Amino acid sequence: MTATIGRRLRTVLPGFAVAAAAAVLLAPTIGSTPISLGRAFDRSIPWADNVDAQIFFVARLPRVLAAALVGSTLATSGVVLQALLRNPLATPFTLGVSAGAALGALLAIAFGLDVGAMGVSSVPIASFVGSLVATGIVYALARSQRRGLSTNVLLLAGVTLNSFFSALILFVQYLADFTQTFRTVRWLMGDLDVGSYGPILAALPFILLAFIAFALLPRTLNLLTLGGDLAAARGVDVGKAERMAFISASLATGAAVSLAGPIGFIGIVVPHLVRLLVGADHRLVLPASAFFGAAFLIGCDVVSRTAFPPLELPVGVVTAMIGGPFFLWQLVRHS
Amino acid sequence: MTRVRAFLVALALCVGLAPAPAAVLTLQAPGPPQRIISLVPALTEMLFAIGAGPQVIAVSSFDTYPPEAASRPRVGALLDPDVERVLSMKPDLVAIYGSQDDLRQQLTRANIALFDYRHGGLDAIMETMRRLGERTGHGREANEIAEDLERRLEAIRQRTAGRPHPKTLLVFGREPGSLRNIYVSGGRGFLHDMLVVAGGVDLFADVDRESVQATTEAILARAPDVILELHEGPAMDATAAARAAAAWSRLAAAPAVKNGRVHVVSGEGLVVPGPRVAASTERLARALHPAAFAP
Repeated sequence: MTATIGRRLRTVLPGFAVAAAAAVLLAPTIGSTPISLGRAFDRSIPWADNVDAQIFFVARLPRVLAAALVGSTLATSGVVLQALLRNPLATPFTLGVSAGAALGALLAIAFGLDVGAMGVSSVPIASFVGSLVATGIVYALARSQRRGLSTNVLLLAGVTLNSFFSALILFVQYLADFTQTFRTVRWLMGDLDVGSYGPILAALPFILLAFIAFALLPRTLNLLTLGGDLAAARGVDVGKAERMAFISASLATGAAVSLAGPIGFIGIVVPHLVRLLVGADHRLVLPASAFFGAAFLIGCDVVSRTAFPPLELPVGVVTAMIGGPFFLWQLVRHS
Repeated sequence: MTRVRAFLVALALCVGLAPAPAAVLTLQAPGPPQRIISLVPALTEMLFAIGAGPQVIAVSSFDTYPPEAASRPRVGALLDPDVERVLSMKPDLVAIYGSQDDLRQQLTRANIALFDYRHGGLDAIMETMRRLGERTGHGREANEIAEDLERRLEAIRQRTAGRPHPKTLLVFGREPGSLRNIYVSGGRGFLHDMLVVAGGVDLFADVDRESVQATTEAILARAPDVILELHEGPAMDATAAARAAAAWSRLAAAPAVKNGRVHVVSGEGLVVPGPRVAASTERLARALHPAAFAP
């Protein structure tokens, strides 16, 4: 079995990696404005005079990198949470992380917080704090039931927290003035125009940390999908594995949402497409989803910024247009 | 089943007990309205400006100007008008925004006269002012104020006419400390008109909308000569304004940034399409053409 998976990793993964790399390299060359790549990379033209270079490096590249990072994170978090909750329809937003992040962001907008740090403005910082608070609450509730994590409590606490935070979000929107309400609504649609590399660099350490945890998980996730007891019988420390899966997926999702808003459906569309292509083994699904998620969101963002120039379609709308029907199809297929 | 039947009976009783709208006695106020409620800040400002202030009995939650208006009771706003309070105050004219369909229906059913309004261009402000004057018995004052505004706007236009008009990005919203969620004026509405009168060419004039979410790519590609950022609210001090302007330095290739022509204009009433519109337009003109206003 190990030999087979080794061979499949070697034959299948490079394909996904190439797709992701191609997306990262090609996407910055596509946009609403035609630019000359020759000029963009011409170091002899002073930076302040080189519009092509600025469009490439200031307007497009941060977006593409943010899309790659967020797409990859949401896709892999989706894989981990679907295995953890043993529910194929779970998403990175099922456990309340995104609602916590949204509440944090909206509070920052409504109270007009203007305390940035390290090139990151107040909204992403508040949103990340919100996601940590939500994760903490759900974790504490799930821990209080028995020695390990109760996935049932996890799911129920997450869903309840989602509704509760949504109510708080509506309350904050109601209290905020009109323009602020509009900004909060726009934030909820997701936005990859991050404006600079600062927010990406700020999110990166948390996401890398989570990815290291993800790298240790696949074999355990395979066993967990079969059921906790079976996994325990095979020598898995179920409690520890579940804790690690939950905390790392939540941390990654929180960082991704604070970077680009709650962009929906990536966490469900990508894992399922990848499973259709490579089967259910997490040793393959997890890395393939990381690459495919990056390529998928980069593609959606290209659509969002080139569909109606100079206006922009919110990227969350693009992913939902693709993801909504796909989700329903999955639902019908599974039931 | 019996429960369903009981519910239906109860429902029928409720419907039967509700007063028929047609039965409400209609009392037509003889003179101009004396109990006006305004749910739109721009209209509140106009009412006080044309001398109808004493007739205003309540205003919207967002009304802060003029100071007399702020002391009136508040009855909700665009999204959350407090219909019960509005009705209980027995108004004889309610100024509402064009999209408040539910409120319009409720007030019409209660036989309360309405003044319906939607934001438009500068012309619409003058037209609204005159219409409001006629409606409230202050036609002459309203006309005088509208004419005065028109004169002042024309003077600004004349003053900047002979000068080259810079391509201007008129920003009225942005996430603080970053270049995210940049909202700018499109080719329609009073902000666009103000910019044109102030002697600027709207960078997004080709987009037939009042507001456009502009990407950094579109801004760089369109190369604005001037970036004019409006901050509605208390006036910012020099440090805060400089900090807001500095956020644009990332777009170094934009002529506005290269030539140090990023201007932050802050203050109350900048984006209210009311009687302060000429003063706001002059502030834009002074930022765009400082030489034209030099003593």
